[in-house]
Amino acid sequence: MLKLESSAALQNLRTDILARRDPARPCIAVCAGAACDGLDSVAVASAFRTEIAERGLEARLDLRVTGCHGYCEKGPNVVAGPDDVCYFEVTPEDVPGIVAATLEGGVFEDRVHKDPLTGARAVHMNEVPFYMHQTRLIIGDNPKIDPMNIEDYIALGGYGALAKALSTMTPDQVLDEVKRANLRGRGGGGFPAGSKWETTKNAPDETKYVIVNGHEGESAAFMDRAMLTGNPHKVLEGLIIGAYAIGARKGFIYTRHDAPRLVEHVKAALAQAREYGLLGDNILGSGFSLEVELHFDVGIFVSGESSALMRSIEGNPPEPRPKYIRTSVQGIWDKPSNLNNVETWANVPQIIARGADWFTGIGSPKSKGTKLVSLSGHVVNSGIVEVSMGTPLRTLIFDIGGGVRDGKGLKAVHFGGAMGGSLPANLIDATLDFDEMSKLGAPIGAGGLLVMDEDTDMVEVARYLLDFLVKESCGKCVPCREGMWQMLKILTNIADGMGKKFDLDRLADLAEVTSLGSLCALGKTSSDPLKSMLRYFKDEYETRIAAGRQGQ
Amino acid sequence: MSETILRIDGKEVSASPGMTVLDAARRAGIDVPTLCHHEKLEAYGGCRLCMVEVESRGKTSYVVSCTYPVEKDLVVRTRSERVDKIRRVIVEELMAHAPDAPELVRLAAEYGADRNRFEKEAIFCVMCGLCVRYCAEVKQEDAVGFIENGPRREISFIPERAAKVCWDCQECFAICPTSYAQAAYMLTEALAFPGRRKPDLAKKVFRVAKAAS
Repeated sequence: MLKLESSAALQNLRTDILARRDPARPCIAVCAGAACDGLDSVAVASAFRTEIAERGLEARLDLRVTGCHGYCEKGPNVVAGPDDVCYFEVTPEDVPGIVAATLEGGVFEDRVHKDPLTGARAVHMNEVPFYMHQTRLIIGDNPKIDPMNIEDYIALGGYGALAKALSTMTPDQVLDEVKRANLRGRGGGGFPAGSKWETTKNAPDETKYVIVNGHEGESAAFMDRAMLTGNPHKVLEGLIIGAYAIGARKGFIYTRHDAPRLVEHVKAALAQAREYGLLGDNILGSGFSLEVELHFDVGIFVSGESSALMRSIEGNPPEPRPKYIRTSVQGIWDKPSNLNNVETWANVPQIIARGADWFTGIGSPKSKGTKLVSLSGHVVNSGIVEVSMGTPLRTLIFDIGGGVRDGKGLKAVHFGGAMGGSLPANLIDATLDFDEMSKLGAPIGAGGLLVMDEDTDMVEVARYLLDFLVKESCGKCVPCREGMWQMLKILTNIADGMGKKFDLDRLADLAEVTSLGSLCALGKTSSDPLKSMLRYFKDEYETRIAAGRQGQ
Repeated sequence: MSETILRIDGKEVSASPGMTVLDAARRAGIDVPTLCHHEKLEAYGGCRLCMVEVESRGKTSYVVSCTYPVEKDLVVRTRSERVDKIRRVIVEELMAHAPDAPELVRLAAEYGADRNRFEKEAIFCVMCGLCVRYCAEVKQEDAVGFIENGPRREISFIPERAAKVCWDCQECFAICPTSYAQAAYMLTEALAFPGRRKPDLAKKVFRVAKAAS
């Protein structure tokens, strides 16, 4: 492949790729996302490969192994094109039937979606209840892309936004578009990405860095991994556009060392983007250059905290730094460093391609665009969901999630991962909005939605989440290290029926001091789940403590 | 460069550029408690005892004074109900490990901390990092470091380094608030490079004791 030396060359390549592909020729997309992989989708994919080879169907049928489709509950997922027939829980034995049906333009009935109550069938993706209530703007391309093949991404218009930015917009215009789109950071805080970019851009130092925070590491949060593994080029394109706007010549993708497929895909994406002239020196002949390096964590959750992450990139232990200066002004090696989450970067190309006005047309008044949500817990359909901001939690749990498992009642939902909060069932008409969720004490945070049925023990939920955080704290500052450890001991005692009557006071003091006194966001928000428990489920805690005392 | 004027506990205090709120307070004779601070070492922000209440542009927040830079017209309160509570709980948390450390006993009296409030685990180290940082920054020897993370974090002398440099230094023993640095060193010596310590002193003590009886 010769390097693309202009935006026009990229356009020509895309035309060329499309010309080589027959849009009417069916393609079978086998999901190899983390969940389907665990259900041995590899065996399904190889059964398809064998079937196609044995029947000599190479010219009539394409096979694509892709990233996560989203409906993890019903994996392995297979989507057969060109009209997106969805097959669920596919086994290698189903393969000949699916191949035969696909070639005839028909449907293999055994594996299409059937409503568990009414038996109504849903064949195409837009008819399946799990998908039909979603707005899949950034994850929706996953079934159409082999993440190891840059041409799949280019065929869908990929890198078009980068070409547009480099050839028709100044860095200031790009920044302005992102600011006008009011893109808020998807990594937790919901801080406006445009303002952050501007701070780094305006910082006096010539050397600036841009970083993808792909260090998703808590239980019940798995969508960044699906995004970055399934469509690495979209994230990379966003990063390159951001670097152009900010004036950075060097970028980092910081991610987990223990996700081999993710690492393989990101490495391949970087190599292919370089080969095609979309990364490196003089990108698309524009004069703008950017190098991007892949960097791995050292295995603890606090590595994802922005200043700890930057210390880790410097080669130091991942301890948050105590300085009262933002990393966007002084980050890696004290140079201005703009860090955004995987999902935030993935939103950038479409904002540039389709414009801020289009983007602000989606979502709620103060939270624009869509949000990826990892849906799990006692829900019928677990998986990765993308909905417009402002969608009620009820839609997520019932319309998309199919309600609570085993016909049980809903007790609570926990939103936002290990540092999120739990809301009682009577609050599920709340909408997915940064400010509204924060006010309720369950900030969007990591974007994990955990559904909890009527039998859930709320003491155990808080204990479980805290147990995770205690192990993932770096241990540098006292309130986080000691405060969480003491809270965990008290919660364990309450759960074991050994609670004491002053435990709630001790918990309240520890929670307050841990959140006021800790050095970084991990410590500051570590007691948020517990605070939400004391806000909405205090009765349950009091009853448990009282019952424990009587039992002694 | 010109001096910055700020208010600490109602008192007008002048500070030089680059100073922290802790520097300015101490220069004005206002006491702020610290455990991990040392004038020869880079600010660490680990113990969080020096936390103060600041008011800046109409917003009240809680910051650690050892790293917070002075700014013009900043209003600082080194004591308030909330500040005292933070310090009290931090002292109570640390007393779960080192209930008799003199500095903690003194702070407990000042802030009304209950040494028995939380479940104890006697590890005697408060993880202030003074030994680790003194060894790295002042002595540039790195003979002692942190290992593990979270509540499992501990200081550890590195036998190969300690065997070479600690015998003639031992300066970290004096700055340790709990004497744990010395204990950890002695354990390392006993396990990794014993035999250097002469038994003379023990024999002498034994003789004196015998003579007295």
